[in-house]
Amino acid sequence: MSKVDQSKIRNFCIIAHIDHGKSTLADRIIEKTGLLTSREMQAQVLDNMDLERERGITIKAQTVRTVYKAKDGQEYIFNLIDTPGHVDFNYEVSRSLAACEGAILIVDAAQGIEAQTLANVYLALDHDLEIMPVINKIDLPSAEPDRVINEIEDVIGLEAQDAPRISAKLGTNIEEVLEQIVNKIPAPVGDCDAPLKGLIFDSLYDAYKGVIIFCRIMEGTVKKGTKMKMMATGASADVVEVGIFGAGQFIPCDELSAGMVGYITASLKNVADTRVGDTVTDAENPCDEPLPGYKKVNSMVYCGMYPADGAKYPDLRDALEKLQLNDAALGFEPETSAALGFGFRCGFLGLLHLEIIQERLEREYNLDLVTTAPGVIYKVFKTDGTEFEVTNPSNLPDPSEIEHMEEPIVAAEIMVTTEYVGAIMKLCQERRGVYLGMEYIETTRALLKYELPLNEIIYDFFDALKSRSRGYASFDYELKEYRKSDLVKLDILINKEEVDALSFIVHASTAYERGRKMCEKLKEEIPRQLFEIPIQAAIGSKVIARETVKAMRKDVLAKCYGGDISRKKKLLEKQKEGKKRMRQVGNVEIPQSAFMSVLKLDDE
Amino acid sequence: MSDKLGLYVHIPFCIRKCLYCDFVSVSANKDYIDKYFKSLYEEIKCFKVNKSCSVDTIYIGGGTPSSVDEKYIKELFEIIYLKFDVDDDAEITIEMNPGTVSMEKLKVYKECKINRISIGAQSMCDEELRKIGRIHTVKDLYECVRMARSVGFDNINIDLMSALPGQSLDDYKDNLYKIIELRPKHISSYSLIIEEGTPFYEMYEGKNRDEISEQYRLADEDEERAMYKLTREVLAGNGYERYEISNYCMKGFASRHNSRYWQGMEYVGFGAAAASYYEGRRFKNTLDIDKYISSNPIPKDEDYILTKEDKMEEYMFLGMRMIKGVSASLFRETFGLDIMDVYKEVIERNVARGLIEYKNDCIYLTQEGIDVSNLVFSEFLL
Repeated sequence: MSKVDQSKIRNFCIIAHIDHGKSTLADRIIEKTGLLTSREMQAQVLDNMDLERERGITIKAQTVRTVYKAKDGQEYIFNLIDTPGHVDFNYEVSRSLAACEGAILIVDAAQGIEAQTLANVYLALDHDLEIMPVINKIDLPSAEPDRVINEIEDVIGLEAQDAPRISAKLGTNIEEVLEQIVNKIPAPVGDCDAPLKGLIFDSLYDAYKGVIIFCRIMEGTVKKGTKMKMMATGASADVVEVGIFGAGQFIPCDELSAGMVGYITASLKNVADTRVGDTVTDAENPCDEPLPGYKKVNSMVYCGMYPADGAKYPDLRDALEKLQLNDAALGFEPETSAALGFGFRCGFLGLLHLEIIQERLEREYNLDLVTTAPGVIYKVFKTDGTEFEVTNPSNLPDPSEIEHMEEPIVAAEIMVTTEYVGAIMKLCQERRGVYLGMEYIETTRALLKYELPLNEIIYDFFDALKSRSRGYASFDYELKEYRKSDLVKLDILINKEEVDALSFIVHASTAYERGRKMCEKLKEEIPRQLFEIPIQAAIGSKVIARETVKAMRKDVLAKCYGGDISRKKKLLEKQKEGKKRMRQVGNVEIPQSAFMSVLKLDDE
Repeated sequence: MSDKLGLYVHIPFCIRKCLYCDFVSVSANKDYIDKYFKSLYEEIKCFKVNKSCSVDTIYIGGGTPSSVDEKYIKELFEIIYLKFDVDDDAEITIEMNPGTVSMEKLKVYKECKINRISIGAQSMCDEELRKIGRIHTVKDLYECVRMARSVGFDNINIDLMSALPGQSLDDYKDNLYKIIELRPKHISSYSLIIEEGTPFYEMYEGKNRDEISEQYRLADEDEERAMYKLTREVLAGNGYERYEISNYCMKGFASRHNSRYWQGMEYVGFGAAAASYYEGRRFKNTLDIDKYISSNPIPKDEDYILTKEDKMEEYMFLGMRMIKGVSASLFRETFGLDIMDVYKEVIERNVARGLIEYKNDCIYLTQEGIDVSNLVFSEFLL
């Protein structure tokens, strides 16, 4: 088989703010290029996980290859590399971009540029991609394509006058997009005969094929039998199969050569061996240096996950192992809590990642979980000169042994309409933000720049942002640095006993407020028992807040329902059942809901 | 000794339903009542008595059995006496609402050999009675007791409620003394429970629950417990002994029928929603009066055979409602197991926290244990 003509290949991705119509446009491109009939089209072909479809976001990057017969009479191969649409997955986005020559930038004709749009554009520009703006949702009554085009030119500095004005939903002007892909996005270059150099931009575990590597070949050629090697992880294996991406299926082919996008399988069992961003080369004829930009993704947010039913601990471990096969960014290690028993300290890219994993565990693996408050990685510098990292508040040494601590700080950009600037600035101040500056995108919209401690935004910052801006604010951040901070460990004592699962690390300035709120919340959640139960929040030995659950005085059924004994028994059974769902801490029974309730302190 | 049986008959009719009531009862016209009794008589006639036994307690409850024409009660007893072998000294009770009583009715009851009357007084204050939706007045209650005695009913129970809307401890104490003055043989005193599906539930647990006026405020737990303690102390000082969580009597006048429930003895219930425990089975008629009238056989709301575990649980959580508690030796005799083999941990834990005592073969709730008896009972479920 002859080599594929590089000049007929277009490798591109679509970047957009969430909800601006990325998946819908992808669907239309697949549809119009005729790879699938309309009947085969399910809405949003690319998002094939249920969860993704329900939440309307793309979690794992997916890729599809289609064939487009252009107006010049030639057939072009389109490799559309889908990118995850959330700040948690920024690194995955950057690797997907690195596999492309161009990017379609979708901007909502009504909403205009958002923080995430900007962040993605900058990422794409960093990778020298040709950016092709597209104005979507022109069918909306509130659409203002001209305004948005001017905004793109003013803010990003991109020529946008000839941007296709489309409605992906209705299929309007999609041909124009396809033609521009052919004409504007450069064809790949690369020497097919050079030593193999391929970029891994995703991988996935399949029970039959093992790990499937999603790869963009930069140079050289890979085929069945090639002895390949991952340059960063050092893993090596013989290639079993190479192929290209049909919509929703893998189509084997003879070889993948420079410029092509496709998949490689080898009998690798662990996605951790095939990390996103790593370079695949030929072990027998290696390239001289790996592609730039590889980094090992690190978890940013941690929490404890415990099975509600202690006997399900092995099930939880199995489920986490299975999820990890497909998600190298998910970390977990066993931990034990006096209050919650055996569980795992799990690491995530961000809060959304955490929520997705939690939901998948509950939904796909039928596990009932108790989750502890999410936290970040703190650096602890001890008085004896040693330094270490803490993700679980319980592992924090005695305050007397701590010289100082550091916490992660992010650089955040918030795009908001001017009327809400005040409200958002107030929010950032409450979250210990440091104001860096503000730019007016246009007269009605501003870009706020802040430094924010990561631990202030992992709880409910998104929600607060949305509610205080009536949904108009958008937000993006990246880790900036670790910074010295006045942090304390806040302990919760229930009936004078410290409950390890409720401890957390917090800035000294907000400790009192949080402690008070937690005590109030716990008071609501803990049912009255035979004795009075003090609930205290303490820093070291100093109690800073207290509530009391009064003793139960009465739990008696005076009337007897005649001879209806079964009614009475049902009542008692319900009572017993409720007790089963309690965790025993000292001699106090704490419902599992209490552990979860403290995660939502700022709802009010 | 031939087996003894208790009979319960449910009359699900009231002039008007009280605001706190979640029992099966309706107000109905003559025609509907007529149909109901037809079905009731049929049910009794068709009941299969599988063994030789005699009836030693009968309880006509409701609803308000005294609200229906006395001819129905008359016919009911004719059928019962034809069907069952009723002991001469059987305890035969009928429930009454003081607002529905007449000399004619009482005389018929007497002819039916009814020998115990249970009067729902609930309060001795007209304003309280009005607030909870009772149809009678305090005057009606006095009149009712007088008439009952004049016809020869001496074994009288009076039901009293505590923790009523707006009721203070003194208000309740006043009610209690007024009842004592009447010298009934038996007093049942229970606190108001806000049950789902009642107008009071809407009022106290519904969306306007924070807007309850002072006049309708309910006693908090401390006040409610104070009323309970007062009841025991005052009644004990006046010759009434507490023999069950909510029941007090003069010596020898404990309700034999209700005691059957606590002691795992057999009873058969007739009428809508009536529950039975017969030959190791617990079953209950449909709660739907329409269905009760129109269906044959009568649909069962539930019907199950007790396992040995069920029986042991019931032995404990029913038996311990009685102040004397349960007997360990009787447990062994009944189940062939030592009570400590089954319940060692639960008994020891509850003895340790002062909720039950185990003395001289008896296991019983302490004063503190009574206050939280549901918690204790729930732990005896296996």
